[in-house]
Amino acid sequence: MRHILMAVSALALSALPLHAQNFDDPEEFAKQRDQLQAEPMGPEGQPWLQHIGGDMVETADLGLTAPATVCFSNAGVNNPWRVVGYTNMTEELANHESIGDFIHVDAEGSDDKQIADIDDLLAGDDCDVMIVSPNTTAALTPAVERACEAMPVIVFDRGVNTDCPVSFIHPVGGYGFGIQGAEFIVSQLDGGSDVLMLRILPGVDVLETRYSAGRRILEEASMNIVGAEFTDGDNAKTKSIVEDYLMRGDVDAVWMDAGATAVAAIEAFEDSGYDIPVFVGEDQQDFLRKWQDEGLTAIAPTYPTYQWRTAVIAAARVIEGEPLPGPEWVLPQPAITQENLDQFVNPAMPPLHYAMCGCEEMENYPEAWGGN
Amino acid sequence: MTEKVSTRGTEKRRRLPQINPVWVLLAALIVAIIFMNPSFVEPTGYMNFLKRAAPLAILAAGQVYVIVSGGFDLSVGSLITLVVVGSSMLTNNDPAATYWVIPLMLGLGLGVGAINGLVVCFLRVPSLIATLGMMITLNGLAFLWSGGAPRGYLPDTFRFFGRELIRDVPLVRFVPVSVVVLIVVGCVLAWLMHRTNLGRQVHAIGDNPVAARLAGVAVNRVRITAFMVSGLSGAIAGILLGGFAGVSTDVGAGYELQAITAAVLGGAQLLGGRGSVPAALGGALALTAIFTLLNFLGLPQPVRQVVQGLILIAAVALAMHRRKQTGN
Repeated sequence: MRHILMAVSALALSALPLHAQNFDDPEEFAKQRDQLQAEPMGPEGQPWLQHIGGDMVETADLGLTAPATVCFSNAGVNNPWRVVGYTNMTEELANHESIGDFIHVDAEGSDDKQIADIDDLLAGDDCDVMIVSPNTTAALTPAVERACEAMPVIVFDRGVNTDCPVSFIHPVGGYGFGIQGAEFIVSQLDGGSDVLMLRILPGVDVLETRYSAGRRILEEASMNIVGAEFTDGDNAKTKSIVEDYLMRGDVDAVWMDAGATAVAAIEAFEDSGYDIPVFVGEDQQDFLRKWQDEGLTAIAPTYPTYQWRTAVIAAARVIEGEPLPGPEWVLPQPAITQENLDQFVNPAMPPLHYAMCGCEEMENYPEAWGGN
Repeated sequence: MTEKVSTRGTEKRRRLPQINPVWVLLAALIVAIIFMNPSFVEPTGYMNFLKRAAPLAILAAGQVYVIVSGGFDLSVGSLITLVVVGSSMLTNNDPAATYWVIPLMLGLGLGVGAINGLVVCFLRVPSLIATLGMMITLNGLAFLWSGGAPRGYLPDTFRFFGRELIRDVPLVRFVPVSVVVLIVVGCVLAWLMHRTNLGRQVHAIGDNPVAARLAGVAVNRVRITAFMVSGLSGAIAGILLGGFAGVSTDVGAGYELQAITAAVLGGAQLLGGRGSVPAALGGALALTAIFTLLNFLGLPQPVRQVVQGLILIAAVALAMHRRKQTGN
């Protein structure tokens, strides 16, 4: 009995931070809304070098000598977004002579493995700078703190609950993503229109905030939210869900928190003989091509993969003793709209390639990304 | 006391002749769906439903061969993923490639089944472990091949089987091609299981492999054939699923357990020796009907999972109860 009680209380405790996290924070919502509008600093046309907000950190006193070894603890390369991002990263390395060796360890989507990876890298004593893309926020915080004691650390993509890293690199964020899609729907439709919300997974902070921001805007504009469904990122499940909603009634717009299944959702309308409604997707090539071919009314908010380049650039600056944006390096988070769609559609690239990669000018483009 | 129970059993049997409860469950679910959503009686409603159920139904019909022969095939889900990812890599957006890619994928299914069967028969690895290992291997292969992001589209010629409709059909207006595939594959597998020697031998080795061997059944050959049928059905399901919804890297995830669940819903016995192809098809339809009904009810996701799990347990408990009562 005591064991059961202990197990239950341990479970309850482990679930606590989850509930404590607030995914519908009006202050953060307003901040990211402003950041979407803000004029970023840095070279125009190179958003991976730009930053929103002017804070900088000095790195001159860190005492590193070039060429130095950079170690990268990666949460995983287990989806196309991360595949594109990791390619950006490896290609960016060629631009930095101050980075001698680059050691990559892949945690394959597991917190435990990533914690062990970081400890192994620390024990190996080969690293001069560490880049971490955390698998989950809370679990990785202690490991990142341990790394901070030994060397300068750069964190990007998802965050950790500590301010010890030199810089935390990320685009505007989940609220921003949610806002861009929902505001587009509101601009296209009258109040009372039927909107179907499709979500990929529960419980991930950057996704929960996308949803809360999207829902807030749709509700404020008196849209009729006919449902909010989890698709698990599965094309077949997405298509089935949309077909079922179409049998129940009209759908005037589809809002998505991740656009990887957008084409499957569009096909549900096509195959059931309906016009394709207002659509929110993401910057994947298959969706952009469909949008162009069918002349859709659509928008593609992005969570740009060019941030993977920025992480390498930041590491190089740390080695060279140059100042860099910090403690947060907030990157611009542009959306693909009807106006700039043509710039991003590229039939030579694979269908699951993420267009907002900032990689078009790089040396091995497009072959390294699987294009022809 | 014993006498009383057995009399009651006989009466019951007289009143309720051999109707497999899976059909009662299916009928109840369909009535509930129609009640929730009257447009289900239109061809668009039920044909979409059948189209969606087709891959799982074919998978369950193949799985029943392995289950009846006394094993499990957990590798079919990742086989589906490998078929979809591999097809997209091989066709590479070229419509003409479909004509060799589809036979190749069917061959891949047969090959995977044959390896499963050989490992189980000759290396003496229990089927649960052998196919679990195969599941992990195939998933890894699919990932290795595509690097996590498959390169190509599936051309429309490939997607024909899973997506297209045959239009202008009298009475029902249209029939999805996948429903035609389902009917053909279902009939062939049912015939093979219930009208040929192979089917009898599959039952015999699942019921009692020693007795079967003594009676002259080539146990290993039959067992390998059962795995090959399951592998082939996995490849067909993969072709239909790729056609239905296009390329994704985790398309087959969870299908192995759904197929086993569908077979058990249809009354297949998990330790072998008992099971029917039509009932497995019915089980797959019932399972899909549960998913559809819960979609229509619009319940929140966690509630849906609870309901889904409870319906499944109740349905299988009912099937077992009936078996005890009727003794078959």
